[in-house]
Amino acid sequence: MTLSGFLADAREFLPILAEGVGVTVALTLCALVLATALGVVWALLRTSGNRWLEAPVRWLVNVIRGIPIIVQLFYIYFVLPDLGIDLSAFQAGVIGLGVAYSAYMGEVFRAGILAVDHGTIEAAESLGLSRLRILTRVVLPQAVRIVLPPFGNNLIMLLKDSSQASVITVAEISTQSRLIASSTFKNQEVFTLAALLYLCLSIPLILLVARLEKRFGRR
Amino acid sequence: MIEIDNLQKSFGANQVLNGITMRVDEGEVVCVIGPSGSGKSTLLRCVNGLEGYQGGTVRVAGQQVDRTRPEIRAVRRQVSMVFQRFNLFPHRTALGNIIEAPIFALGEARASAEAHGRALLARVGLAGREGAWPSELSGGQQQRVAIARALAMRPRAVLFDEPTSALDPELVGEVLAVMRDLARDGMTMMVVTHEMSFAREVADRVVFMDAGRVVEAGAAAAVLGAPREPRTQDFLRRVLQPLG
Repeated sequence: MTLSGFLADAREFLPILAEGVGVTVALTLCALVLATALGVVWALLRTSGNRWLEAPVRWLVNVIRGIPIIVQLFYIYFVLPDLGIDLSAFQAGVIGLGVAYSAYMGEVFRAGILAVDHGTIEAAESLGLSRLRILTRVVLPQAVRIVLPPFGNNLIMLLKDSSQASVITVAEISTQSRLIASSTFKNQEVFTLAALLYLCLSIPLILLVARLEKRFGRR
Repeated sequence: MIEIDNLQKSFGANQVLNGITMRVDEGEVVCVIGPSGSGKSTLLRCVNGLEGYQGGTVRVAGQQVDRTRPEIRAVRRQVSMVFQRFNLFPHRTALGNIIEAPIFALGEARASAEAHGRALLARVGLAGREGAWPSELSGGQQQRVAIARALAMRPRAVLFDEPTSALDPELVGEVLAVMRDLARDGMTMMVVTHEMSFAREVADRVVFMDAGRVVEAGAAAAVLGAPREPRTQDFLRRVLQPLG
């Protein structure tokens, strides 16, 4: 593979791969929103102090963590239609990745909430703040600072794991590159491009997380 | 103002408070002293509803303190608390710490809460430090912000839980000076402390506790100067002459 030949191939393949980049970004962002929202719910339930809420959520999280993402995607895309729930590949990808990552996000958020200095919560109680205010004004703002670096790491992993949605035909970067490779047999060029595109997305995120760690890690 | 009657409190099998009866009248400064583990801090935390209790009653301004009932928030607005480890909100500035509860618990307007907050910071000797983060302040300064935060609720009494115990020795004086000022202005104060000279100088009454009971209580000069109980005498001898 010569450089000029590679650049010519790149010019030809990039427009198709660019569509994949758009899908990868959209899939990652949608799954991130779902994973974050569900993760917050899991974390709040698990730190609620109510045994009847904590135990089921603990088991749910363990089950989600215990099943490979790829199997969860198969299940949502191929089994749910048998139960009358028809989803597009993209929808199934968002739900599968979002639910799978909600387990990891939930654990990160729970650790963050537990790491908040209990003295500040007592101070807030002693000042007569309501439970909701204590949560939103005292606990969560402190937890967010603690949680940002591991949250960023999960985001990077989610971006890469979005490639698993190719097994259910979501047209993201990996799917598009395999399609091109199988029709042109230019495996080396195509998959090098795919790797470079992922790096273009993930390296900025990695640098961002490193900065967040520097900024919040010391407090 | 604060009436405690036959208070019983245990953690599991460990009886921490065993029939405490005492009161703090309006405008009075009462210091609670005693060896560590005697239940002083637990007693204070029961007054604010941070701890529940198994028997007896605690009343603040005539209202029963019961942490399981929603009215506890109204009680807490009457008595503020200052903690040993300051417990400032690390994500809010000095002024932000002070105005938090007036705005979000009392519903005060931000502008008036800020004006009051600035005045309180000046009162504790921290004028101009409104924008400082807790991590930028010394322990003594943090504790003075915490006192201002407690005062921002316009409480009828302030509880102090060993307010100088976590401070470097050279920073103790500035916090005690603020507390002395408060006492002079007639604030009702219940102070758990190891600062005997502060107690002697500022307290109207001193309560000596040991093993969850009130051993001796009375005028500061009497309890600290001429204690009747052997346990009080023994404690004061050890505290006042640690090398003797």
